[in-house]
Amino acid sequence: MSEPVKSIVTPVRLDYVYTAGVASTRFLQGLAQGRILGQRCPVTGKVYVPPRGSSPTHGVPTEEEVEVSDKGTVTTYCIVRIPSENLSVKPPFVCAHILLDGADIPFFALIQGCPFDQVRMGMRVRAVWAPKEELAPTFESIRWFEPIDEPDAAYESYAEHL
Amino acid sequence: MREVAVIAVAQTPSVRRERTRNEVEMLMPVLAEALRRSGLRREEIGFTVSGSCDYLAGQPFSFVSALDAVGAWPPITESHVEMDGAFALYEAWIKLQTGEVDSALVYAFGKSSMGDLPEVLGYQLDPYVLAPLGVDAVSLAALQARAWLEATGRSERDLARVAVRSRRDALENPNAQLKGTFELEKLLAEPYLVAPLRKHDCPPISDGAAAVVLAGDEVARRVCRRPAWIRGIDQRIEPHAPGVRDLARSPSSELAGRNAGARHGRIDVAELHAPFTHQEWILREALGLGEEVTVNPSGGALAANPMMVAGLLRIGEAAQRVMDGRARRALAHATAGPCLQQNLVCVLEA
Amino acid sequence: MGRPCAVIGVGQTKHDAKRIDVSMPGLLREAALRALEDAGLGFGDVDAVVIGKAPDMFEGVVMPEIYLADALGAAGKPMLRVHTAGSVGGSTAVVAAQLVQSGVFERVLTVAFEKQSESNAMWALTLKIPFQQSVVAGAGGYFAPLIRAYMRRSGAPEDTGIRVALKDRLNALKNPYAHLHFPGISFEQVASSPMLWDPIRFLETCPSSDGACALVLASEDAARGAPGPAAWVHATAMKSEPTMFAGRDQVNPRAGRDCARELYRKAGIGDPRRELDAAEVYVPFSWFEPMWLENLGFAPEGSGWKLVYDGATSLEGDIPWNASGGVLSSNPIGASGMLRFAEAALQVRGRAGEHQVPGARKALGHAYGGGSQFFAMWIVGAEKP
Repeated sequence: MSEPVKSIVTPVRLDYVYTAGVASTRFLQGLAQGRILGQRCPVTGKVYVPPRGSSPTHGVPTEEEVEVSDKGTVTTYCIVRIPSENLSVKPPFVCAHILLDGADIPFFALIQGCPFDQVRMGMRVRAVWAPKEELAPTFESIRWFEPIDEPDAAYESYAEHL
Repeated sequence: MREVAVIAVAQTPSVRRERTRNEVEMLMPVLAEALRRSGLRREEIGFTVSGSCDYLAGQPFSFVSALDAVGAWPPITESHVEMDGAFALYEAWIKLQTGEVDSALVYAFGKSSMGDLPEVLGYQLDPYVLAPLGVDAVSLAALQARAWLEATGRSERDLARVAVRSRRDALENPNAQLKGTFELEKLLAEPYLVAPLRKHDCPPISDGAAAVVLAGDEVARRVCRRPAWIRGIDQRIEPHAPGVRDLARSPSSELAGRNAGARHGRIDVAELHAPFTHQEWILREALGLGEEVTVNPSGGALAANPMMVAGLLRIGEAAQRVMDGRARRALAHATAGPCLQQNLVCVLEA
Repeated sequence: MGRPCAVIGVGQTKHDAKRIDVSMPGLLREAALRALEDAGLGFGDVDAVVIGKAPDMFEGVVMPEIYLADALGAAGKPMLRVHTAGSVGGSTAVVAAQLVQSGVFERVLTVAFEKQSESNAMWALTLKIPFQQSVVAGAGGYFAPLIRAYMRRSGAPEDTGIRVALKDRLNALKNPYAHLHFPGISFEQVASSPMLWDPIRFLETCPSSDGACALVLASEDAARGAPGPAAWVHATAMKSEPTMFAGRDQVNPRAGRDCARELYRKAGIGDPRRELDAAEVYVPFSWFEPMWLENLGFAPEGSGWKLVYDGATSLEGDIPWNASGGVLSSNPIGASGMLRFAEAALQVRGRAGEHQVPGARKALGHAYGGGSQFFAMWIVGAEKP
């Protein structure tokens, strides 16, 4: 009864309405159509995927839309061995940076469909899309990437993206 | 003290809800405009600093993505405060005083529409004994309004007059959100929101962004025809618990005003960050602003209140008047925390 | 640049997974009171207060400096709250130093903290935000691929990270404030600890800690009255770059290199390895030590791991790194950067106790944050610059 109060638990609940923004909206709508859309920086010509609406190096709008391939090269990766709250995939699983053909920055995604210890830098992969009827304006439209039957990309071809 | 001036100001029009653009997309044109008006190129800016709030944006590290609007390449000297942009400007002014840089770009952004703002601000309170009471920002302001009414013997009519004047003056401000000609009696006939405050006594919910460019004396004189010189700037905080403060007064504003040299000369115009009508009265008194001083010709926070930006906007609006030649000496004020807990005062001169 | 500024007081809490013995103000005051006592001052002597911490979701209080003003005696004073992600502890110290260097204030109290056990740091870091990609692997999952890239670029032996972790954990045993103490820690223990995000093992990773760090910074005049030795701020620097852009080198970020270069130029340092006696560097995963050795110019690109192998960065080496045990041993996120700055100051004041680098006169404090994009650094020395 005379125990001092050592702590209290105060639950907090706040609701927010988020805006995707113009660039993200285009990108997500593209995913709903099974397409990967990027935007090109008018100064450097580089293609950003996912597009941000601005060129991060120059702070100018990136208005030109560019569709990129859903195939790409693994530039680097890691093997995750602890479970994630945001994911139903069981560890160990592979997170990778994937340079999609046509893009100039890597896309972060999971790799499945092969033993995790076979993932390597330079490996060629393709997006595994959700079934057509489940495609929606969300990142989950791309389930993960899996290896394809193409020779590994040469180190030089992606070294600058490391 | 090194001479530092505001040489450019830019802002988005404040809106109830920015539905289309995210923060980066909102900021890009504001930063571009501020730079264009300053006459400085991006690469010439010595220091960049911003103000914003994660809990407003509903995500941690929310200021990081905003950096994409800046074009931080090659790498820049950059910082951020989780406070109103006015305090980011204070940090920039300090940096200019060290002599390390000769110019600074200050920006702020906030989308108050995303969450329930009064509720979000309620979580600023002491998490152990105050926040669990569930008191929100409007209720606290009402508490202060009551204290002020009782202490001064003034009336709700005096509050409504501030609301009428602010929204009428806002008609001249293309960036203001809540503007119009309202009839005093009609307003007073409205029901209370949280007594003694009615809806008109409270600020709108606003989304917006703004940027201000500061420069040291040499640069300012080189690029700006009529810089708004910062003659003094100071900020002070009071104790937190509303129960230990005299809510009817603002001693920290008084102190900051004194340190900033507010009373060293005639003030032509004052932009006061008073989101609630009674707070304008409190600040006028604290800063010694008589009836002859034009207060909030922009409409003030009662006309547009993008959180984290509204304070910076006061400095921007005041500075713009000086730069336009519409005022010779102006005062700008910014506030943070419940019931004017922290206050910044800036005196600008042609 | 600007007026001289000295660190005349340093204080920190015992860092731990959960400091349930103190409230948030209690945590800050533990550090602040120690720093003030060290400086021979009371709260009333302080002219301004600067608080630094990482995202407010870690504690569940919006802009907690507003609430904490009372605890730090800030009433009637100016207050600032800095938030620059992981580098915040460092940038907070820089901002506080600038208040003195500007000539506007004489004595500034600065505190950086995190009481991340109050909320849930993991939750806050992996919050699912609509329209954005889910963060599936936390900070480790973000940095592990970069580490793999470094290993590929440099050809570093696979156990380089283990050696760094062992060194820092041995050092921590000499630091009573450190969160993690593993008495009898061995190479085998680190090597056999579970792999979390390949190639990062459990014992090569930083903990999640509650903790605070405080500094009292003073002008030249105010430093005269200090009871203990001063650590003079020779230079500060901060640099940021965008999170992601085409061709970005995240392994050896230019912002880090530029920041170090500007810092050394201001401090008149030509060869950091030779001219510095100690360095406290933000290494949250062991492999960041060889990466930062290169980024900070202590080793040529591709060779950072060699200094690790040679033992150069151990306490007995010629350029001890993280004699305190570093971020690997204590990681209250908001405070970690300031802890690096503070430990550097302790070294040149001769006050680092058991983990003192003998005769240290000049030291580097370093902090970084975000996607290896925000950098804050300072050089402190026993001599006035």
